[in-house]
Amino acid sequence: MTAVAIESLSVRLVNGAPLVIDSLSLAVTDGEVFGLVGPSGCGKSTLLRVLAGVNRDWRGSVELLHHRPQPHRRFSGNLRREVQMVFQDPYASLHPRHRVARALLEPLRLLGVERPHERMIQALSDVGLDPLIASRYPHELSGGQRQRVAIARALLSSPRLLLLDEPTSSLDASVQAEILNLLSTIKSLHAMTMILVSHDMGVIAHMCDRAGVMGEGRIERTLGREELDRL
Amino acid sequence: MVCATSAIRAMSEHSLLSVRGLTIRSIAALRRPIVDSISFDIGVERVGLVGESGSGKSLTARAVMGLLSRPLEAIAERLEFEGADLKHFTQHQWNQVRGSKMALVLQDARYALNPVLTIGRQIGEMLLLHDKTADRKGRVREILSTVGLTDPGVARAYPHQLSGGMGQRAMLAMMLANGPRLLIADEPTSALDAALRTQVLDLMCNRAVTQSMGLLLISHDLPLVARYCDRALVMYRGRIVDHGPAAHLSLSDHPYTRALWSCAPSGRTHGLRLPVFDRSQIDP
Repeated sequence: MTAVAIESLSVRLVNGAPLVIDSLSLAVTDGEVFGLVGPSGCGKSTLLRVLAGVNRDWRGSVELLHHRPQPHRRFSGNLRREVQMVFQDPYASLHPRHRVARALLEPLRLLGVERPHERMIQALSDVGLDPLIASRYPHELSGGQRQRVAIARALLSSPRLLLLDEPTSSLDASVQAEILNLLSTIKSLHAMTMILVSHDMGVIAHMCDRAGVMGEGRIERTLGREELDRL
Repeated sequence: MVCATSAIRAMSEHSLLSVRGLTIRSIAALRRPIVDSISFDIGVERVGLVGESGSGKSLTARAVMGLLSRPLEAIAERLEFEGADLKHFTQHQWNQVRGSKMALVLQDARYALNPVLTIGRQIGEMLLLHDKTADRKGRVREILSTVGLTDPGVARAYPHQLSGGMGQRAMLAMMLANGPRLLIADEPTSALDAALRTQVLDLMCNRAVTQSMGLLLISHDLPLVARYCDRALVMYRGRIVDHGPAAHLSLSDHPYTRALWSCAPSGRTHGLRLPVFDRSQIDP
């Protein structure tokens, strides 16, 4: 079963500029943790943004959880729920003037979940946060707490594919360990496919079943567990 | 008495920076101090200051450079740089020392540099303030080439036009322009990716050795400090809880140092839970 199948995907961010992603092909199996590494500017984040439906200006063929999203179209149906993303900078990805409760209740309302408040409390304790945190603003939280809120938000809709864009690179080593442990726990509790972007080979080697090394807008080689073990 | 003064002189000759009982607190709040009575010396060597964010590493660096502003306030029993008492420095004296004898490299060049001045102009300003050379343009070019930026276009570029690594090297060039005795680098490579990180640190440490400078490297990355530094100081919640040769960081028996060291993920930890330290064990 493949969760993600991409064939000859090309993305150009600005008209006339060179391709950021240049006929890239990738297949990720259901339940796999796939890593993406590469130098800054090689197109890792752009690839995730295409898969999340944030960047809709692309060419090629994409199959996501048995849906076929089309370029220039918003995701529709279940796909909107099933693909979720956690962004790099927890300082920037939460609305600075919305309390945690609002950040989490908004998607729940959109999904039409019954008793959203209870679901929110549950989501917070799932990621190891005190539910009292719901009444705080993002600036009143530490970096690690903010990233936990962002992960809790992504998990609200029970996604089948979780896209993680450098989820720990703005965090301290000790907090990074806590977040990576949390992600492993989530992985073992819910059957979920993850695509993890990081420039830290240690993080990739710790988390992933396979990893693709990106360069020049394509995946230059794929590392299996044996190669990752040596890192 | 004579003996005592000569002993102190001998010590300050030995060490560039001598700090005793440095305490930093916020005068607005009567909470526990942010940095609590720490003491250390730095000579011509590379010293790593490690700890997680909020442990007071950066504030320590700022206090040493006299850069704390209200509501933060630093008090110390002793704060000496090359035998001079920093505690009673006037603004004028600070201006003479900062950027010439003591220099500070910050985390992200894109924020630390002035966005509306070209790189060449900013390096030139450092020279104008401290070193009255006639051929400033030539010196700027020379300084940039010492950090591997030989393209003359770099001097004409604005900070946002450079990549992260180039910006960081340009900032380093600027700080080394006047041949400082002590270089403080506050997380100089956390904004860079792995390849650039090694490049910038190699450069910085080589220059520290060849120009016999003291280097205080602030980082939360223990393996990096172990690789690049001679000695390490470990800070936790405003105190220096552990210190020793940087190469022996991995062997430390302090629970905090051990946790910081072993929480790094790698291929060997795949499928295992990473150790997370129990703060109640370390907190007093």
